[in-house]
Amino acid sequence: MSAGVERDGLDVLDSQDRARFEQLVLPHLDAAFNLSRWLMRGRADAEDVAQEAMMRAWRFFRGFHGGDARAWLLQIVRNTCYTWLEKNRSVDLTTEFDEELHPQPSVSPETLAIAGDNRERLTRALEELPVRFREVLILRELEGCSYKEIATITSVPIGTVMSALARARQRLQRVLTHPAEAAKTGGRP
Amino acid sequence: MNCELTQTVLHGYLDGELDAARAADFERHLISCPDCVTALESHESLRSSLVHARLYERAPNSLRQKVQAQLGGSVRSSVVPIRNPAPWRWLAVAATFLLAVFLGWRLFPLLRGNQEETTLASAIVDAHLRSLQPGHLEDVQSTDQHTVKPWFDGRLDFAPPVHDFVNEGFPLQGGRLDVVHGRTVAVLVYARRKHLINVFVWPTTEPDSEPLSGSQLGYHWTDWRKSGMEMCAVSDVSPIDLAELQRLLMQ
Repeated sequence: MSAGVERDGLDVLDSQDRARFEQLVLPHLDAAFNLSRWLMRGRADAEDVAQEAMMRAWRFFRGFHGGDARAWLLQIVRNTCYTWLEKNRSVDLTTEFDEELHPQPSVSPETLAIAGDNRERLTRALEELPVRFREVLILRELEGCSYKEIATITSVPIGTVMSALARARQRLQRVLTHPAEAAKTGGRP
Repeated sequence: MNCELTQTVLHGYLDGELDAARAADFERHLISCPDCVTALESHESLRSSLVHARLYERAPNSLRQKVQAQLGGSVRSSVVPIRNPAPWRWLAVAATFLLAVFLGWRLFPLLRGNQEETTLASAIVDAHLRSLQPGHLEDVQSTDQHTVKPWFDGRLDFAPPVHDFVNEGFPLQGGRLDVVHGRTVAVLVYARRKHLINVFVWPTTEPDSEPLSGSQLGYHWTDWRKSGMEMCAVSDVSPIDLAELQRLLMQ
């Protein structure tokens, strides 16, 4: 672990930085991969993108001045995913949460329990959501992030996280219970 | 037909992100708003589906190896998270807040299902809340399973299984005795990032059972029986994390 032995051009940071990086950032590798997997909608690209994000995090590590390392890393993962999606899939990343929300008839808990009782179906439904909706759901329900963390990661004001989640959850319910209709109104391009 | 709160405050409530006053306001509103009650149940149902589907995907080993290689080969595969040396001062604040929410909740219980489970879950969540008050968390504070396990000997008439899962991201913090429904139980304390998980353990004569989960007051619990022991894990970590610890404990 001597400071002199560095590779791949990653020679701006020293061994002390590396120990800190290992301690603070690397434990969140699972979180990085999980977010990447859901934003990329597949494991193959997710692995490459997560790897790239880890390397970016390492390069930017001097800019991390303590605080929530997971949120800091996930913000980098998200940006890396978005860059990749824009470049390679021309995905529309511009869905805004202020879209008009039409009152939906209430879905009964029983209907939802039946619709949600299937891993494959849930996966498909999540993947059909626009990426902006998908990410808040993944961060909240799978990663257990607080609103404050979600705001940091997705670069939105904390005040809009709650309504973003409201819209995302409503959309997921709709996709699960009315798959055909949701496809028609266009989840994503 | 739709109450507009189903699109805003309800979610803050569901996620435990409202302050005590707003949570109490919303609970009062729930009494007279069937729309919100239905919506809350639907969202809870959806959340529980997401949890049980085990959608969280952990980093494959190939990725871990590539990252390690790029960092110069010196990266260990697992790292002990830093333990916060300062005690749980913020927990006192959180506990006070939760107690306020809890009192509000008591007036309007939403949790349904089997009466016995509900009562047990309440008792466990109560005990979890108590434990978060300063000085109540651990009787034996050690990350070493070989210290924690003998500590229980002589204090209990059964031997709870004690394992450290630091490599899996759930470092053991210690243990204590607690009383649930008049019975002395063992409690194992695990950490998950900045959160704590209490695992209550007591002997049972009932047959093994699959995990049963629920949530109360923003705390999630999951309960199961295996080899003559009943275990109930409770925490504010995500249900996914809780399910992961449950899987480790069941092995």
